[in-house]
Amino acid sequence: MNAPQDIPAAAAPGLDGAERNRRQAEVVAALKPLLPAHALLFRREDTVPYECDGLTAYRETPLLVALPENESQVAAVLRACHGLGVPVVARGAGTGLSGGAMPHARGVTLSLAKFNRIMKVDPVSRTAVVQCGVRNLAISEAAAPYGLYYAPDPSSQIACTIGGNVAENSGGVHCLKYGLTVHNVLKVRGFTIEGEPVEFGGDALDVPGLDLLSVVVGSEGMLAITTEVTVRLIPKPQLARCILASFDDVRKAGDAVAAVIAAGIIPAGLEMMDKPMTAAVEDFVRAGYDLDAEAILLCESDGTEDEVAEEIARMQAVLSGCGATRLQVSDDEAQRLKFWSGRKNAFPASGRISPDYMCMDSTIPRKRLADILLAIQQMETTYNLRCCNVFHAGDGNLHPLILFDANDPDQLHRAELFGADILETSVAMGGTVTGEHGVGVEKLGSMCVQFSPEERTQMLALKAAFDPQGLLNPGKVIPTLQRCAEYGKMHVKKGLLPFPELERF
Amino acid sequence: MSDAPLQQLIDRVQAARAMKTPLDIRGGNTKAFYGEAPNGEPLSTLELRGISSYEPSELVVTVRAGTALAELEAALAEKGQCLPFEPPRFDAGGTVGGMVAAGLAGPARASVGGVRDYVLGASLLNGRAEVLSFGGQVMKNVAGYDVSRLLAGSLGVLGLILEVSLKVLPVPPATATLRFELDEAAALKQLNQWAGKPLPLSASAWWSGMLVLRLAGASAAVQSAVQTLGGEVVEPALAASFWQGLRDHRDEFFEAAHKAVAAGATLWRLSLPQTAPPVSTPGERLVEWGGAQRWVVTTAPASLMREAASRAGGHAVAFRGDKSAGVFAPLPAVQARVHKQMKEAFDPERIFNPGRLYPDL
Repeated sequence: MNAPQDIPAAAAPGLDGAERNRRQAEVVAALKPLLPAHALLFRREDTVPYECDGLTAYRETPLLVALPENESQVAAVLRACHGLGVPVVARGAGTGLSGGAMPHARGVTLSLAKFNRIMKVDPVSRTAVVQCGVRNLAISEAAAPYGLYYAPDPSSQIACTIGGNVAENSGGVHCLKYGLTVHNVLKVRGFTIEGEPVEFGGDALDVPGLDLLSVVVGSEGMLAITTEVTVRLIPKPQLARCILASFDDVRKAGDAVAAVIAAGIIPAGLEMMDKPMTAAVEDFVRAGYDLDAEAILLCESDGTEDEVAEEIARMQAVLSGCGATRLQVSDDEAQRLKFWSGRKNAFPASGRISPDYMCMDSTIPRKRLADILLAIQQMETTYNLRCCNVFHAGDGNLHPLILFDANDPDQLHRAELFGADILETSVAMGGTVTGEHGVGVEKLGSMCVQFSPEERTQMLALKAAFDPQGLLNPGKVIPTLQRCAEYGKMHVKKGLLPFPELERF
Repeated sequence: MSDAPLQQLIDRVQAARAMKTPLDIRGGNTKAFYGEAPNGEPLSTLELRGISSYEPSELVVTVRAGTALAELEAALAEKGQCLPFEPPRFDAGGTVGGMVAAGLAGPARASVGGVRDYVLGASLLNGRAEVLSFGGQVMKNVAGYDVSRLLAGSLGVLGLILEVSLKVLPVPPATATLRFELDEAAALKQLNQWAGKPLPLSASAWWSGMLVLRLAGASAAVQSAVQTLGGEVVEPALAASFWQGLRDHRDEFFEAAHKAVAAGATLWRLSLPQTAPPVSTPGERLVEWGGAQRWVVTTAPASLMREAASRAGGHAVAFRGDKSAGVFAPLPAVQARVHKQMKEAFDPERIFNPGRLYPDL
């Protein structure tokens, strides 16, 4: 969990108590005939649990919460909201880390929690058709009897839903080899804001016309409402083994990551933890991590027994060549899981050593891993706060955890500045402000740094192509020009890469 | 340093916008046959060329749109890497921009993904002549809508692609090709069965009673799969030229198809679920992608092909030949509306490749 700080909700302009009550009564009256009584929540005590998602620092009270139980109810709610011009914020398990499901003060929160059925697991076509509220891990569990699984495995996979994964284009620890949500989803069925049924993608590998699925995935609920998802299942590898490698210098560890890839190896997982993170997780899980190491790498191989043996040997050679001070290879599944236990518990372990933490999610080119780690060390001094680092090193995705105490407003403020500094430094290094957690409300300011006004205007126009009135999850992901002007930081990303050798006429 | 070719393109687009002159975006002009008929003043991307950055350890290459695909593939091969989706080349001179805009993939599509799965970022010129960049040079990026992947297969209707960043992968250390005598239904069944097993499948092609299967991956995995699967091992040089020919539509099936097209037939591309049974329409057939891509050369009416594809859960593309009934299957109403509004959002004056994807786009 992030900072449990109750920042006063930014009251929507002009929405005083009387106006809110009038508006609420109007929307309740419109939705009441469409849903069972228990599927409409509007009393303060009932809507409190919906005030935030996994990013608890940002909260808002929704006008009301609708919990439709079938697709025709979803369509009816959308039609009604569209007719009244009421914003709609879709919500799955509420595990998102960027406030993408934070309610809208004038809007309806559309909880899709009841869409939790696995409709079909087809071992022949290696696909599963699941409702949007099915948990990520439940898909792999249902596919397991056929020797299949759903590859993207975000750390929250026991709780997060596939609908939320589609909204965020979620990754996980295996996406370098197996891809992100966008690579593993074939079809999304859902509704437009007008309440019309729509499908993106299909049962074949491509569709006629524009590949709208590729833009719907990762659109944070701003283009359409997802109710059903067809995912690709892949054969479970026979075996996986993991190498735990210690380094006495973060730069050596960063270089080792690049060297593994340069050797033509695509590890099933390649993760890094720095010294403070390792200490925190060791205290939590007692996995026997090397506490003297400046950085630890977890490097996994999967496949057939021969294949894994071959790859592990090659990985060991590369890691030793890069100066690893200690190498351990998992002998069996129990040991492999033990190696991973710390990495998987990085967030709760941080929760034990600090009252609050803020998790960042930027991505940088792999070769800059050591640079960003050293930059973050500098920032710890600048902002006088500690930071533990855990990285999806294989894809350059960072999760620095900034430790602070939210009861001290100054610490919260410094933590926010620290976070923004990491994101902007990542963009300046050629990266992006969010690798897998999404922009939501949290990174709106940083989007001003990453995208030019023309690019943001183009993205808003793209949204309008799906949702002309801007009713689906408004105010998220793409900051307005005005907001960026207030944020006051310059756009730093260059459009085209510099290209000095261009031929001339 | 000024960027003369880019500035020229910006000027051309600004002028075209002012005059509402349609532009026909062209790279190497190797895929003019694909999609609806080109329309407008030719706008060449060929001056916009060169590899902007390539670091093998990042698995990312950034390339300007007018760069020859052959040049890019040679640069990757030098470092032991490749474009895993094997874009078809048809003729010499095709460009990277054309590859992305066409969005076509070769034999490995079903096992490794298509063009859009490897697009990490792109810069484009929209209909307002603005240079915009989306995505980036990193593997994971969820900042904003993923406009760059959307460009794959867009046939240039959203804008002029200036530069793309692509994920690349190491060339698999080992490959092997096996041959099996099987009828179409048995081949489809077998392919779907294998695909559910942890096997290093890389490509498949069934034609005229023969299933050809390519394995690729770690040597140990390929060797053990060869043992398990049986079949007749095809000599490596012969196998390589077969897959190359299939990829570029120059093998026996496609040579014959091109002749038939010249004589009045149409080459249809049916994109179907892998498990769809054999299509019953008349005509010579070749099945790729584990059953997901089926080529049919036929004089049967378009409506018959469209119906057959739709019944099987997919769609049909009039790839070469008679396109009078439209190249791509008509879109459902909601989709058609979103397409129209997308065009409006990116290219309000309809200057880029108007009509190339659908007549009213």
